[in-house]
Amino acid sequence: MTDETKAPAPVADRPSRPFGERSGGGDRPRFGGGGGGGRSGPGGPPREGGRKFFRRKKVCKFCTEKIADINYKDYRLLGQFVAESGKIVPRRLTGVCSPHQHRLASAIKQARNIALLPFAGRAS
Amino acid sequence: MNRTYELMFIVRPDMADEDLDKLISTLETTVTSASGSIKSVERMGKRRLAYMVRKFREGVYILLTIEGAGSVVHELERRLRVTEPVIKFITVRIDEEQKRLEKIKKLRDAKKKVSAQPAAAEEAPAAPAQETPATA
Repeated sequence: MTDETKAPAPVADRPSRPFGERSGGGDRPRFGGGGGGGRSGPGGPPREGGRKFFRRKKVCKFCTEKIADINYKDYRLLGQFVAESGKIVPRRLTGVCSPHQHRLASAIKQARNIALLPFAGRAS
Repeated sequence: MNRTYELMFIVRPDMADEDLDKLISTLETTVTSASGSIKSVERMGKRRLAYMVRKFREGVYILLTIEGAGSVVHELERRLRVTEPVIKFITVRIDEEQKRLEKIKKLRDAKKKVSAQPAAAEEAPAAPAQETPATA
C-alpha cells in the first residue's frame, strides 16, 4: 500500500533531479530507496546509495585475536558474550564466526552449570 | 583407555581448611585405588557464585586434573554426591581439546618459522653491507 502511494512521486521528480531522490529516500532504505530507484521494484534489493550510514564489518574476536582455547573457566571472556539478562548473545550481533560461536555456547553452558555464569539475570 | 578429565567442584564457604585438605586427600586415594592418577590440584579460592546453590551465595572452588578411565570419574562423582560439604561439581573431558590445541599450536609455529626464515635471509646480507663502510 505504501509503495503505491510513494511510487508516482519519485517518477514525476525524475526528469528535474535524477539523483536528488537519494537524499529524499535515504532515511528509509527498503521502501524509500527501492521505490525511488524505479528499476528495482518494491521489496527488491535496496539501492547502494540509499543508505546514509554504513555498518562496520563485524569480525570474529576469536579469529582476530587468535584465541584458540574457549574454556568454561575463563568466565571473564565468556561474560563478554552474555547479555545482561544472562542470555548468550547471538552471532549476528557479536560477529563471532560459526565454529567459535559453537564452542562459545557450550563453554557458557558449562560455566553456568558450575555457577561461574548466571542462568538468568546478572551474577548476584 | 586413559583419558584426561578436569573435575571442578565447589565446597561450602564455611568449611575449615583442615577438612578441605582431608577431603582432597580422600579423593586422591579414591582416584588411585581406581587405577587413575591425579595430575594436579588447584585451589581457586573463594568466589561469589553466580546464583544461589543450596542457600549459599559463595563457595570455594577446587580444580582437579585426573587421568584414568571413565570408571574413575564414575566413582569420584558418586563420592562427591554423597559428600555433604560439596555443593556442586562438573567433570569435563579435556584430552581431545588439548590435542586440538596442540595441533593448532604446531600449525602456528610452523607458519611462524616459514615467515621468519625469508625475513632472516634478507637481513643477513643487509647487515654486512652496512658494516663494510663503517669499518673501511
